[in-house]
Amino acid sequence: MTELSDLSPLRAGAAALADNLLTDELHEVTVNVNGAAHTRTVPARRLLSDFLRHDLRLTGTHVGCEHGVCGACTVLVDGAPARACLMFAVQAQSHEVTTVEGLGSSADSMNHVQQAFAECHGLQCGFCTPGFITTITSFLEENPDPTEEEAREVVSGNLCRCTGYQNIVKSVLRAAELKREAGEPA
Amino acid sequence: MKPGPFRYLAPTTLEEAVRALGEHPDAKVLAGGQSLIPVLSMRLARPTHLVDLAGIAGLGEVEVSDEWVRVGALVTHARLLADEDGYAALPLLRQALRNVAHPAIRNRGTTVGSIAHADAAGEMPSILAITDGVVEAFGPQGRREIPASEFFAGALETTLAHDEVIEAVRFGRFPGGTTTAFLESARRKGDYAMAGVAVALTVDESGQITSARASFVSVTDVPGVLDLTGALAGRIPTDVDWSVIDDAVQDHIEPEADIHVSAEYRAHLAGELARRAFAQAAATHPGGNS
Amino acid sequence: MTTRQFGQPVQRREDPRLLTGGGRYLDDLGHTAYEAAFVRSPHAHARIVDIDTDDAIDVDGVIAIYTHEDLPGIIGEPLPLLIPHPALTQARTGYALAKDEVNHVGEAVVMVVATNRYVAEDAVERIRVSYERLPAVVGIEAARDGSQTVHDEYDDNVSAHLLQEVGDVEAALAAAPHTLTLDLEIERSACQPLEGKGVLAQWNSDDESLRIYSSTQTSTGVRAAVAAKLGLPLAKVECIAPDVGGGFGVKIMHPWPEEVLVPWAARNLDHDVKWTEDRREHFISSSHERGQLQQVTVGFDDEGRLLALDVKFWHDNGAYTPYGIIVPIITATQLLGPYKPGTYRVEFWSLFTNTVLVTPYRGAGRPQGCFAMERTMDAIARYLEIDRAEVRARNFILPEEMPYDHGLMFQDGRPLKYDSGDFPASLAKLKELVGWDDFADYRAAAEAEGRKVGLGIGCYVEGTGVGPYEGGHIHVETDGRVNVATGLTTQGQGHQTALAQIVADELGVPFENVHVTTGDTRRMAYAVGTFASRAAVMSGNAVALAARVVKAKALRIAADALEVSPDDLEIENGVISVKGAPGNSIDIGTVAVMSNPLRYAFDEAAKKATQFAGTFDPDKPPVGDDEEPGLEGQDFYSPTQATFANGMHAAIVETDPQTAEITILRYCVIHDCGNMINPLIVEGQIHGGVAQGVGGALYERMVYDDSGQLLNASFMDFLMPYASEVPHVEADHLETPSPLNPLGIKGAGEAGTIPVSAVIASAIEDAEGFPITAMPISPSELWTLRRAHA
Repeated sequence: MTELSDLSPLRAGAAALADNLLTDELHEVTVNVNGAAHTRTVPARRLLSDFLRHDLRLTGTHVGCEHGVCGACTVLVDGAPARACLMFAVQAQSHEVTTVEGLGSSADSMNHVQQAFAECHGLQCGFCTPGFITTITSFLEENPDPTEEEAREVVSGNLCRCTGYQNIVKSVLRAAELKREAGEPA
Repeated sequence: MKPGPFRYLAPTTLEEAVRALGEHPDAKVLAGGQSLIPVLSMRLARPTHLVDLAGIAGLGEVEVSDEWVRVGALVTHARLLADEDGYAALPLLRQALRNVAHPAIRNRGTTVGSIAHADAAGEMPSILAITDGVVEAFGPQGRREIPASEFFAGALETTLAHDEVIEAVRFGRFPGGTTTAFLESARRKGDYAMAGVAVALTVDESGQITSARASFVSVTDVPGVLDLTGALAGRIPTDVDWSVIDDAVQDHIEPEADIHVSAEYRAHLAGELARRAFAQAAATHPGGNS
Repeated sequence: MTTRQFGQPVQRREDPRLLTGGGRYLDDLGHTAYEAAFVRSPHAHARIVDIDTDDAIDVDGVIAIYTHEDLPGIIGEPLPLLIPHPALTQARTGYALAKDEVNHVGEAVVMVVATNRYVAEDAVERIRVSYERLPAVVGIEAARDGSQTVHDEYDDNVSAHLLQEVGDVEAALAAAPHTLTLDLEIERSACQPLEGKGVLAQWNSDDESLRIYSSTQTSTGVRAAVAAKLGLPLAKVECIAPDVGGGFGVKIMHPWPEEVLVPWAARNLDHDVKWTEDRREHFISSSHERGQLQQVTVGFDDEGRLLALDVKFWHDNGAYTPYGIIVPIITATQLLGPYKPGTYRVEFWSLFTNTVLVTPYRGAGRPQGCFAMERTMDAIARYLEIDRAEVRARNFILPEEMPYDHGLMFQDGRPLKYDSGDFPASLAKLKELVGWDDFADYRAAAEAEGRKVGLGIGCYVEGTGVGPYEGGHIHVETDGRVNVATGLTTQGQGHQTALAQIVADELGVPFENVHVTTGDTRRMAYAVGTFASRAAVMSGNAVALAARVVKAKALRIAADALEVSPDDLEIENGVISVKGAPGNSIDIGTVAVMSNPLRYAFDEAAKKATQFAGTFDPDKPPVGDDEEPGLEGQDFYSPTQATFANGMHAAIVETDPQTAEITILRYCVIHDCGNMINPLIVEGQIHGGVAQGVGGALYERMVYDDSGQLLNASFMDFLMPYASEVPHVEADHLETPSPLNPLGIKGAGEAGTIPVSAVIASAIEDAEGFPITAMPISPSELWTLRRAHA
C-alpha cells in the first residue's frame, strides 16, 4: 500500500480562500467585564476566552478544550453561564461579562461559592474551578435552596478530572447555606 | 485550536443578512454559534464570512397562538425552556429541551440554529417533525414557508437556500386530549443521544386513541414522523401492550453504528425507548395510572 | 499546647488564590512570548518525502519554521531513553521533530513560531508535507502477529520480553486439583488533565541563561534534559513548574519534544517562546495507557487457595519507549495484590504499535494487574461456589506474615516486599460498609421490582513512595517566616498545605508561618518528581527530616543565648523556652538573626547581629567550626524500598434489563495509606481516583481505526465522566503505619483508581450471571454479551 499522498483535508479549503483573507480585519470591541468597560481592537476571530485571558489579562478563565465540552472557560454573559471558547469577542460587544475575578478576587472578598469550595475541599488542581464557580454562582441566584440532586445536576456540564465531583456537590450545598446565612438578596 | 481568519458581518436587517449571504458563497450564518464555533476552531470548516444575526431586531420572541408556538431565530434553548406559555401550549418542547446539551450551551445555542444544523442527533429537528412544524425562511424573494417534512433533506442537509435565513420556526400544537413524552439515552447526560424518541398520543372523549405518532433522534438520517394511528386507533392507551409497535418502529428507523454503539443495539434501544415513551404518554392521560 | 497539625483536616492554603483567579498556569504566563504550533503527522506510519513551507513563510506574523534538518547536533538526535532496562532489548525513542519517518498520527513534523497561536496555526495549514504511506500496526493482536513492523530495524514488534518466576509453576499447576484459564482485555485510556502540557522558555542573551516554565511533574528532570540537549551548563538553566492543572502521569514523561524545541527556539530567536498544547494535540501527541491482553492460568485447591498463578500478558507500548517498561513491570508485580499466589510465573511482551506512546497514567499498570487478579478470584469463587469475599480472605497475606517478600523485583529495581497492612481487617470493614452479608436480600427486593443488581469487589496493594530520594530545605527568616522548599512538583495534591502541616509540627512553629515551594529548581535543585503516589511519603519525610535539622540548630543557638543545654529547651508556637520555665525564652526569628552574624545592618532585627551589638562571644569565631550561617538546613529522604498501601472497594450496580444501561448505585472504599497527614486531602484523592476509575470502567477508550487514526480525539467523543456519571463514594479508612519512614505514611494518590474496573466488572458479572472479561464496557457491549449468552 505504498502511495504518495499529500494529505491535509483542510488545505484545499485554505488554498481556496481569497488572498485578502490571509490577514485579519480588526474590530474595536467594548465589553463590560466585571463592572468596567474595556475596549480593545481585535480580529473578528478572537475568541472571547483569549480576549479575556490575553487582551485583558484576566487569566482566571481557563481553557481546557476549546470545543465547548469541558466548561473550564465558563463565564457569565449578562448573568448567564456561557462558554467563553464558544463566543467571539466581537459577539460580546456591549454585553456584560463576569469572570471568576469579578466574583471575588482575593481571599478576603471571596463570594459564598468560593468560600464553600475552600471549606469543602471542592478543588484540587484548580484549573476547572473558575468554570464551576461562575456556573454555581449564577445557579444559586435562581435556586437558593437546591437539593443534593439539583446540586449534582447543576455541575454536570463541567468536567473536573481531580475531585470526582463529590466535594463540588458538597460545595454547592454549602454555598447555598452560606448565601442564605448572609441573607443576600436573591 | 484557533479559527482561521474570516470577515465578520453584523447586519441589522434580514434583508442585509440575505444580501451578504448572496454576495459571499462561502459565508455562514452565526447565531448562537455553539455548533459552529467548535467546527471553526478545529478548522473543519473555513467560511470566508460570518453573518451574525444578533443585531437584527425581532428575532428573539416566543409567540403562542391557538395553532402554533412560534420561535424566533435568536431564541436560545434556555429562553424557550423557561417559557411558561410555550410550555403550557406544547409541553413536548420542554420535555425535549431538557435533554439538549448542558445549561451553559443552552444559554447561547438557539433552537432555530439546531434545526438549521439538521443534525439527526439533535433533539429539536425531531420535535419540529412530530409537531408538523414549519420553517419560516427569508430570502432575496421575501418570505416562504417550508413544512418540516420538506425541510430536512439528509444528514446535516436542508432545503434552505444558501442565501436564505430562518426567521423563525413554528411548532404545531397538538389537539386537546394529547399527551407527549420525550425519552433519550446518551452515554453521558447531555451528550448526543445513542437514540431518542418523541411521542404524541391523542385520545378522544371516550379515552380511545385517535392519533399516535413518534419521531426519532439519532436513528434516522432525516427526522420524520412514524404514524402509528392505524394500528392503535380505538384502543385504550393504558391497555395497550406497546410491543405492538415494535415492527413499525424497526421499519421506520435506519440506525447506524458509531464508535459508541452498534447499529443493532441502537435499533433495540430505539424500540425500547419508543415503548417506554408511549407507556409514559399513556400513563399521563386522565385515567392513566401515573 | 498547640494543636498538632498532622492528621487534621486542615483547609488548603492554596485555595483562596486558586479560587479567585490568582492561579498561574502555564498559559497564564508569557503574554508577550512568540507562540508555537506544529504540523503533526496525519498518518500512523509513513516516510516523509518532502516538506514544502513556501506558502507558510508569507503568512504575516510568522517568525520561524523548523524541520528536523534545522535541528543542530544533539537536538536532532533521538530523545533520551529515560529508564533503560536489561529486558528492553529493542528500545526506540522519537525525535523532537520527525526524521524521515513518522510512527503515529500526531507526531510532530514541523514547528512554526509566530507572533500568536492563531497566526501559527494559519501557517501550519499552509505547510505541505508529502508522505509515502507504510502499513500501520494498530492494536495488540496486529503487533503480536508481527507480520508488519513498526520499526524497520527490528524483526518483530517486541520491545521487551520479561519473565519472572517464583517457585515451580509448571509442577504446581500439574498437581493442582483445579485449574482455570482466563483471557482478559483492558483498553486504552489517558490521563487527560484539564490543562494540557505547555512550555514557556525565556532566554537571557545577556548572561546566556535559560529559564523554562513547564507544566510538568518533574522540573528537575526537564531542567537536566534540556540542559543536556542544548549543551548548556546546569548552572545556566532553571526550570519552574508553575501551577499545574492536573497531571495524572502524562507530565512525568519528559522531555516532550516541545520541552526541547521551545527552549531551543527561544535561544535561537532571542525571544520568549511559548507552546500551549491544545486538546487535540493532547489526544494525539502526548501519551495513553492501559491497553493489555492477558491470559491467566490458575491452579487452586478445593478451598479456593492459590497453588499456582501463571500469567502472560501483551502490553501495547505505542510507537516509542522513552519511559521504558515501567508500566508492564508494575502490572507484573502488583498484580498479586494482597494475596499469596503459591507459585507465580509472569511473562510479558511489550509491543510497538503505530499509536501514541504509552507512559504511566494514574495507577500505572496496576489497574490492569488488579483486573487480572480479581477476575481470577471471582472465577475461582464461581467455580467452587464459594463466597467471593471468602475466597479472597483465604488467600490473604496475614498481618503476622509482614513484612512479606514476594521474591520478585519491583519497579524500582528492589525487592517486592510488603511492609505492613491488615487485609482481613480491611475486608471486614468493607463487608460491613457495603452490607455484603445482606446483599441477597437486597437483590431479592430489587428482583421483585423487576430490577437487576449486582455486587462487586476488588482488592489491591499499591507500592508507593518509590525512591531514589527527595529533599527538603527549610529557611527561617528573622520575622519567623519559615520557607520550605522541596523539588518535586504539585498538580493539585495540596502540598503547600500538607507539607506545611508536617513542618509546623516538627519545627514547633505556627502553621500560618510556613510557606512551601515545590517544583522550582532555583529553590531545590535535587529532586525526582511527583508520580507513583510518592510526594507525601518522599517529600513529607524529607521536610520532616529537614525540620529536625533546623530545629536542632535553633536549639543549639538558643541554648547558647539562654545559657542552658539544648536538651532543656522546647519549641512551641515559634518560641523556644526552657522546659518548665516558659518566661525564659527566645523566639525563633531572633534565633534566625543570631544565626547569621552580620557586618551590615539593614533593618532593626539585623542590628542585633552586627559586630558591635555585643551579641556574640568575642572568643569564638562568629560562625562556629561545624556551623553555617543562617537558620536553615536541608535533608534528604531516601528509603531502601517502597512502602505498600492497600485498599478494597465494593460496588452495587444496576443493569437495565432492557437497555443494558449500567448505573452504579453504591460505591464503597476502605483505604489504608498508613498515617494520614490530612484526611480531607486523602479523601479528595480517593474521590478523584474512583472517578477516573469509573471513566476507565464504563466510558473512556481510545478508538483507533485500522489505519491508526484516533477517531475520538475530543472531549465530545472521549467520554470523561461528568458529575452525572460519577457515584457518591462512601469511604472509610484503616491506618496501618508504615514502619519504613519516620512519619509512618504511605502514598494515596493513585489508590482510588486501581481496582475500579475490576470492581465494576465483578458487579456486572454478578448482576448478569456471565463472565465479564473485557473493560471498559458500554451498554451496547453489555447488550451484545447478553445476546451471546442468551
